[in-house]
Amino acid sequence: MKDFYLVLKNLTRKKMRLFLTVFATFIAFMIFGTLTAFQKAFDSGIELSADDRLIVLNKISFTQVLPIAYANRVRAVEHVEAMTHLNWFGGYYQDPRSQFAMFAVDAENFMEVFDELVLTDAQRQAWIDNRQGLIAGQAIAENFGWQVGDRIPINSNIFSQRDGRTDWDFDVVGIYTGEDPQTDTNSVYFHYEYFNETQSFGGDFIGFMAVRTSDPSLNEEVIKSIDDMFANSPAETETVPEKAFNKAFIEQIGNLSLILTSVVLAAFFVILVIVGNSMILSIRERTAEIGVMKTLGFTSSRIFRMVLAESLLLALIGGVLGVLASGSLITLINNAPIQLPVLVLDSSVWSQAMLFVIGLGFITGIVPAMSALRLNIITALSRS
Amino acid sequence: MSDDILFDLKGVSKKFTKGKDTITVFDGLDMSIARGDFLAIMGPSGSGKTTLLNMLGGVDQPTGGEIWFDGSRIDSLSENQLAAWRANNIGFIFQFYNLMPMLNAERNVELPLLLTKLSRSQRKKNIAAALELVSLSDRARHMPAEMSGGQQQRVAIARALVSDPKLMLCDEPTGDLDRETADEILTMLQLLNREYDKTIVMVTHDPEAAKYAKRTLHLDKGVFVEKDLAA
Repeated sequence: MKDFYLVLKNLTRKKMRLFLTVFATFIAFMIFGTLTAFQKAFDSGIELSADDRLIVLNKISFTQVLPIAYANRVRAVEHVEAMTHLNWFGGYYQDPRSQFAMFAVDAENFMEVFDELVLTDAQRQAWIDNRQGLIAGQAIAENFGWQVGDRIPINSNIFSQRDGRTDWDFDVVGIYTGEDPQTDTNSVYFHYEYFNETQSFGGDFIGFMAVRTSDPSLNEEVIKSIDDMFANSPAETETVPEKAFNKAFIEQIGNLSLILTSVVLAAFFVILVIVGNSMILSIRERTAEIGVMKTLGFTSSRIFRMVLAESLLLALIGGVLGVLASGSLITLINNAPIQLPVLVLDSSVWSQAMLFVIGLGFITGIVPAMSALRLNIITALSRS
Repeated sequence: MSDDILFDLKGVSKKFTKGKDTITVFDGLDMSIARGDFLAIMGPSGSGKTTLLNMLGGVDQPTGGEIWFDGSRIDSLSENQLAAWRANNIGFIFQFYNLMPMLNAERNVELPLLLTKLSRSQRKKNIAAALELVSLSDRARHMPAEMSGGQQQRVAIARALVSDPKLMLCDEPTGDLDRETADEILTMLQLLNREYDKTIVMVTHDPEAAKYAKRTLHLDKGVFVEKDLAA
């Protein structure tokens, strides 16, 4: 502890260099914190998928529809506990650029299948009772300022009504939250019947179905039953576990994990070079001072620890500030009127960041610390 | 060995290897330094003054022979043992002061005390006493860059004596100072020797500086001749 003052004074002796080095580290950790939160949010879509939930799609492509008649047949399959069907609506509110996830669903069974969504009994009943009612996730409701009781127009960039209008009137009857903080609450659900009766593209088709089985161990059996049932029909199905479906959906964007990891690694590599170079220069400038300290009786190992502590402290300051800033950035992103998954800066991101701090501090400090350790007193004093 | 002898060098040799050449600085040097002595070592460049001072201070090891300090042999100590020995027994004063530029005067003086187990309050008392002794109490919070060369050297003297060492080693302590300031510093060293019984070994090129010492050794090519200038 007695040496901490010396470490601190050495660290702060050149204010501009300290600021620039900390700033560079700060930027790297801000990128790390934000991108890791994004990665976790995308991963959470997979992790939060229910093990006992299956998705039934048109075998050709998930953009191809299925007949509504399939719904009752799937519901009747053995070990199917609940089933709802969903149609992508392509909805936007006021601004065509602010498109969001909006589905026409079988409202009566929807909450049975997606039971991780939290809605009060009264709101749930109000939804079932009101054919123009919709339920919106908390995040999207906050973004658009919707409240229960509001009547709002929502346009579709795919469908139109039979009178040519592209906007539908809805009553906001419920705002749902999620059991898990990372549950996506950026989606909107409304009645299939309202959609089916008013849209002009022909009726009685559904986009896909979501099925809850009585036990995950029976998934394979249910998958086989469903796909066999529609084999050789004009619209064959492909049934997959929800986890696999979500994973494949996210991977359409590209290997997000690889992209995010590459960006983070590139940022850290640059920081490694900047901070490492700064530390080496800093210690080289202090050669004579290190020689004097050794002359006074400071052991080489003690000076080694002080140099390493300086490097760790530098990484810690930049790292903590960077992750704190990424927390603020994430709050801004979550509150922005854009449709993104809920970003969370949880303890695992902090733990990872601290491991990077230690790694960065150690790697950038070890070379100058070893130089200080090996420095011969006479050589050092001759440079004074 | 007499109790009055603080340092005893017996047959000390020091050789450097430079490429294929071996340079012999000392070959069988014998020397004794008594407690309370104030010894000036003079000689031309390359005569071995600084090498001798480094060996006395335990920052360089002889190639052969023995170095005894206060009844203990130090030439065979490990690097860490020597560091502890230096911290306990030696105060160093350098030509260019070698203060830490990022520390104020009192923090510079505190450095050797960080190697002790003294509490912060005890350290503060010792620092205050050392600065008082070099008449710099009013500059305790000043940074080295805010002080003159003479003041910086006085801070360096305070740093050298704050842990109450038995021996003070001075390497050209006035080499970077004007005559008047140099005399002040040398008078201070003389005071420490006479009043506080500090044993001092000073390497210098300056015959005027050597006059402050009790005796002077002239070193030439690793061999010295004792000549009593103070008498």
